[in-house]
Amino acid sequence: MANVYFAPAGATLAAYLTGEIDHHSAQTLRREIDAQIDARLPELLTLDFSGVTFMDSSGVGLILGRSRRITGLGGKLSVQNVSPAVKKMLDIARIPCVTGGDKP
Amino acid sequence: MKMLNSVKLTFASRSVNEGFARAVVAAFLVPLDPTVPQMADLKTAVSEAVTNCIVHAYPDSIGPVTLTAALYEGGLVRITVSDRGVGIADVEQAMQPMYTTGNPEERAGLGFAVMQSFMDKVKVSSTPGRGTRVTLSKRLDSK
Repeated sequence: MANVYFAPAGATLAAYLTGEIDHHSAQTLRREIDAQIDARLPELLTLDFSGVTFMDSSGVGLILGRSRRITGLGGKLSVQNVSPAVKKMLDIARIPCVTGGDKP
Repeated sequence: MKMLNSVKLTFASRSVNEGFARAVVAAFLVPLDPTVPQMADLKTAVSEAVTNCIVHAYPDSIGPVTLTAALYEGGLVRITVSDRGVGIADVEQAMQPMYTTGNPEERAGLGFAVMQSFMDKVKVSSTPGRGTRVTLSKRLDSK
């Protein structure tokens, strides 16, 4: 079970993720985040992982998919506040903890 | 090698059961008193294996996924995740990082790479049309 809470501030949209991110929960998170991207067209989308208690490679797919979407709209994505376990997963996918829109 | 304990369960290949499978494995491991990273590694590997069954083994249907967990002397944990789904024709190719037959927009193709990275040993046996069995092994450091 996972949730996402949004905090828009000017051209930046922060998405605070909480709970367990897996293939099941990623489907809902993806829909909710994409709806916000499309509605607000932020220059910077920040995904905050401080409330995430578990993440498998579905979370990597979630990040890369959102990165592609926002880059296509001229924006950027960054990833922040990851736990050591989430960091380990991002390292396998070579996703830096702060990702620019021009990077994978 | 002496087996100290084991569990076996079969569940439907519905994505809601990914969390259930992780919770079962976590509960099974509690008596071993694993570290937080060890527990996270095992839960993640199980989540990847079960997700593969749900996404790939039964692409257009719901079928049975069987999970076994066994504890052996010396802190060795062995987990199997098996299905009766479509099978994998080329296991070596399927295990390549970034290779995926799923939706490339949303699936990273990292499932097997994560299992191999987080476990000591990963064995995959598969027969097209018959199903796939993934065996995950990891020795938890004795304290």
